[in-house]
Amino acid sequence: MALSFKKNPVDLIFFSVTAAASLSVLALIAGILYVLFSESSLAIAKFGVFQFIFSTDWNAVKGSFGAATNLFGTAITTGLSLLMAIPVAIGIAIFVTEISPNFLKGPISVAIELLAAIPSIIYGMWGLFTLAPIMAKYVEPALQNSIGRVPVAGILFHGTAMGIDLLTASIILSIMIIPFTASISRDAFNLTPAVVKESAYALGATKWEVVKSVVLPYSKLGVFGGIILSLGRALGETMAVAFVLGNNHQITSSLLDAAATITVTLANEFTEADNDLYLSSLFYLALLLFVLSFITLAAAKFFLLKAERRYAR
Amino acid sequence: MEIRKELNPVRSSSMNEQAVSNKSLSLTKETSNGVKVEVKGLNFFYSGNIHAIKNIALPIYKNTVTALIGPSGCGKTTFLRCLNRMHDLYPGNRYEGEIWMDGKNILASDIDLIRLRSNVGMVFQKPTPFPMSIFDNIAFGLKLNGIKNKGELAARIEKALKDAALWDETKSRLHESAHALSGGQQQRLCIARAIAVEPEVILMDEPCSALDPIATAKIEDLITELKKGYTVVIVTHNMQQAARVSEHTGFFMMGELVEFDTTQKIFTTPSNKMTEDYITGRFG
Repeated sequence: MALSFKKNPVDLIFFSVTAAASLSVLALIAGILYVLFSESSLAIAKFGVFQFIFSTDWNAVKGSFGAATNLFGTAITTGLSLLMAIPVAIGIAIFVTEISPNFLKGPISVAIELLAAIPSIIYGMWGLFTLAPIMAKYVEPALQNSIGRVPVAGILFHGTAMGIDLLTASIILSIMIIPFTASISRDAFNLTPAVVKESAYALGATKWEVVKSVVLPYSKLGVFGGIILSLGRALGETMAVAFVLGNNHQITSSLLDAAATITVTLANEFTEADNDLYLSSLFYLALLLFVLSFITLAAAKFFLLKAERRYAR
Repeated sequence: MEIRKELNPVRSSSMNEQAVSNKSLSLTKETSNGVKVEVKGLNFFYSGNIHAIKNIALPIYKNTVTALIGPSGCGKTTFLRCLNRMHDLYPGNRYEGEIWMDGKNILASDIDLIRLRSNVGMVFQKPTPFPMSIFDNIAFGLKLNGIKNKGELAARIEKALKDAALWDETKSRLHESAHALSGGQQQRLCIARAIAVEPEVILMDEPCSALDPIATAKIEDLITELKKGYTVVIVTHNMQQAARVSEHTGFFMMGELVEFDTTQKIFTTPSNKMTEDYITGRFG
């Protein structure tokens, strides 16, 4: 190794400064983990892992806390928002890279980036004051009167249409993550070599066939990365969801019911936590979110690496 | 090397004249193959009104190899890409003139580009396998042409790979990624892919420039085989290659066609000084 810096003091300083900057990241992560662990130790000792994760009880008066309702809310809003966002985002990316005339490409790209730049609190306010009333007045009654009457699927739309519920929160979330998925997918699509696309066109392929059989397979890793990044963002998103989810600790079959996510619970309840166990349980929730995000990222890295290796061969 | 020797003009003029008349005889003989593509007064402008191809007229004879040579940026590749209207993929490009193929002007606005391109195959400078298996690479074009029957697909793929002299190397691993092949194999796969859909004309844009000499020799043998069934137009920087594989050669300079004749004539007694300078390596 070239670690002999004795001869050159400037290199030694350079090494120390950059190494310190890099190591501080590791130190930060370790520090955050330590705080989460030590603060939640009381709750961990009281509830253990399985009981905490699977208990739906979140009762501050009884001093009994379980994360299941929060995990449920997080999973549903994240999953539903991805389900809505991915097709739209990939559609945008395909249009911008392969179909759109040149004069439209710029404005659309800028608009996507602007969408990503809007602070989440603004999405939350817009959701509460504009989207939620629209949902309550038009969209949700319409859903109840159509799909709501279908025997099995109807369960999803039971209850009163309030506009403050899982469905509205998921829509807000999906609008928030569309720009991420779209712009990363667009970059991935642009990496498809022009000659490979040309060879497909040269065989007499149409645009749709080129996108389906060449561009998408070529860029699936990048698109997948974009989706994972969006998943991470949806998992951790707080403000936009806090406004329109209603913070109700329950597991429900209806998307028109209020619920709570991990982040929303944390944002709403730290000020209310009047005893050590309550506070410790909130930290425990935070620790869960940390682990969840970590697993997501690790899984993404693992799959990307695997796919990359298959490609390289 | 023999060509170079012949170029030294130590002969009598009468001999030279005789050689010329012989060659023009052979030219008329070869025209009996029939003209597959007739280019008339072709001008091409890249977006921004950049005049890249200037008033080109040349015939491309059926079941022969036509080589296009010239220094970098002379417009030979641009010309080649006019023949399957590849330039239409990018906005702002403009053609003028006519390219007649089987009685149709392919520059006409009502031409079905999808059909034209399945009739005029193309092989690119670098191998461009699609990110899928060897089998699927060839099946791609076949499926585009409506062949869905599994048995027929397999048969056509085997035939294409055999015609591209790639069958023996790939028959045991048809379902492995095409990216696992060597560069030369990938390029032959691209040729197999192009001929699988049975086009009439095959355009090759410096197909050997990214390959080693052995792979190049294989591709050249292949080209010689291919002309039995197809009309081949090849752009090349390698003059020996043009001399080896082609019947006719066109020499391009600055977007113009300086000279077009039989390959033998171009490489022995070119009528234009610039052609002679280029093929003897005095510039370019």
